[in-house]
Amino acid sequence: MSQPELRDEVEMLSLMLLIRRFEERASQQYQAQKIGGFCHLYIGQEAVVIGAIAATRHDDYLITAYRDHAHALGRGTSANACMAEMFGKATGCSRGLGGSMHYFDKANHMYGGHAIVGAHIPLAAGMAFASKYRGEDRVTLCFFGDGAINQGAFHEAFNLAALYKLPVIFICENNLYAMGTSVERSTSLKQIVDRAEGYEMPGFVADGMNFRDVRDKLTEVIDAIRKDPHPAFVEIRTYRYRGHSMSDPASYRTKEQLEKYRMDDPITRLRAQLTREGKLSNEQFDAMDKAAKETALASVKFAEESAELPLEELYNYTYVGADGATLARAMSTDAPPL
Amino acid sequence: MTMREITYRQALNEALAEELERDPNVFLMGEEVAQYNGAYKISQGLLDRFGPSRIIDTPISENGFAGMGIGAAMVGLRPIVEFMTFSFSLVAFDQVVNNAPNMLTMSGGQFNVPITFRGPNGPAHQIGATHMHATEPLYANFPGLKICTPATPRDAKGLLKTAIRDDNPVLVLEAELLYSSKGLVEPEGHELLIPLGQAEIKRQGSDVTIICYAQTVPMALAAAEALEEEEISAEVLDLRSIKPLDMEAILNSVAKTHRVVIAEQDRPYCGIGSELCYRIQKEIFDELDAPIARVAQEDVAMPYNERLEKAVLPSAAKIVTAVKKVCYA
Repeated sequence: MSQPELRDEVEMLSLMLLIRRFEERASQQYQAQKIGGFCHLYIGQEAVVIGAIAATRHDDYLITAYRDHAHALGRGTSANACMAEMFGKATGCSRGLGGSMHYFDKANHMYGGHAIVGAHIPLAAGMAFASKYRGEDRVTLCFFGDGAINQGAFHEAFNLAALYKLPVIFICENNLYAMGTSVERSTSLKQIVDRAEGYEMPGFVADGMNFRDVRDKLTEVIDAIRKDPHPAFVEIRTYRYRGHSMSDPASYRTKEQLEKYRMDDPITRLRAQLTREGKLSNEQFDAMDKAAKETALASVKFAEESAELPLEELYNYTYVGADGATLARAMSTDAPPL
Repeated sequence: MTMREITYRQALNEALAEELERDPNVFLMGEEVAQYNGAYKISQGLLDRFGPSRIIDTPISENGFAGMGIGAAMVGLRPIVEFMTFSFSLVAFDQVVNNAPNMLTMSGGQFNVPITFRGPNGPAHQIGATHMHATEPLYANFPGLKICTPATPRDAKGLLKTAIRDDNPVLVLEAELLYSSKGLVEPEGHELLIPLGQAEIKRQGSDVTIICYAQTVPMALAAAEALEEEEISAEVLDLRSIKPLDMEAILNSVAKTHRVVIAEQDRPYCGIGSELCYRIQKEIFDELDAPIARVAQEDVAMPYNERLEKAVLPSAAKIVTAVKKVCYA
């Protein structure tokens, strides 16, 4: 076990670095108005998704909410495709039709990128239902924020998943704030994980600033699900360093709180663990970081140079089928002639 | 081929059974569809025949199970989700309008959602304001959804089978008050597929076109019969699908009769008829010999009281009056 684990951990750290450097670039490009709409950064939470990915197979289904850049990058979507998506380019992972909040990548089993809070949680139950229906041992990973746990869709999906014993792991990325509303101000429970009890579902807590804790807890949960299909709920306690979105100065938090979490940075921590154990040298880390920065910078260039979808394709994505575009055109009031 | 007379309910049941038989990826889920055999008995016998893994009872949790269906469709299954009535689909509105039809665009064409939402829709009898919505104008406003509204057993069977095979989300809005109505249908085992977006002339006529769908079709036919006695020849054009819309059939009929009454089961304001009026005048303004008339519900919440309910709903008598108006008779 030790050798592959060694390789994996360094590789996982490099993915965490890629996510961070990519998002730093995205933030810069947003400020330069190269990126439109909303842009929600994941910086600070990297160990959550990468810990989960380290614990799962590539063909396990993954679905998440709108803070989704890391989930796609972690799954193997290229930085180029991710950046191009935010630039609205045809080379983006959703051809520039989804934007920051709607990353999809079928080949990497990334099922979105969903922007209505909680509305994708029933979808995850359906994906897990399909695995069970077909007798596969895939697990569905469903990520959402602490803001989703008071939505009806969350509760309905939890009940259905428990009722039908669906192989889904619900992962609450508790970063303490639903936009600007803290968990204490939104949720009747002191501990989010206790929501699991209401559905007789096993519940776990993991430290989202600690890659190994996330990976090890999820490995245990997922092994159990594969052996005997059932849902589980994991609350992963984490923190986002930035505001809810690019337009949020996060004035509802204190500097002290932010500093406290920054001191516990997931990348710094995993690096220190690996260095202490003699598995990673400073030179190696610096090289990895440099590579991540270069990949992120190159993705900006790629996005800038990529083409947008031609206007003629506007009607091609509303219906599938030979007559899909004709239909979308026909229902439009005054579609331009073909 | 000998046609059989069966009920609208039986026709839907046959469509479900045939498609479940044909494709193992098809399954049916909804409230009371399995052990209870369906609140309206549309799924009668299906649990016994196909078993509990494919005929699935759900809790009263429309948002949850509609979303589950969409997720299953994203990974290759072909779910049929029954709403006990489309009035209850409003609890799942976000799933039906935001997740099912948007997925294809949002994913840049990677994920289509081959799901069928079906169940009774439109006016019923004395169940008050919450339970008898005609939801077609709500859903018709969302790109990516297809909507059909069968009025006869034959159309019910043929449209539902087509809907299940469609690779897009399709809403089959069944006519609750017509479940026990009878009509001729091809023999069982005959592959009856009626394309979406094809209207059908249910009765030929030359003086006026009555455009109708779902529950207003039998009303329009009754009105046409009554009008015959007054020597007005009414053509009854059943849309069968709301989206796609068979504009060609509409324009052909209007070009023949030059007068139009739209008989719709929904409410008038921003209703289906509003759109039809716009499209007809836009395409063949010069063919019209009179302003288009509409028969729809009154724009009030549905009263329970039977006499008031009747006053709200479209009827054959109201259609007759409207036809006389456009014929200046």
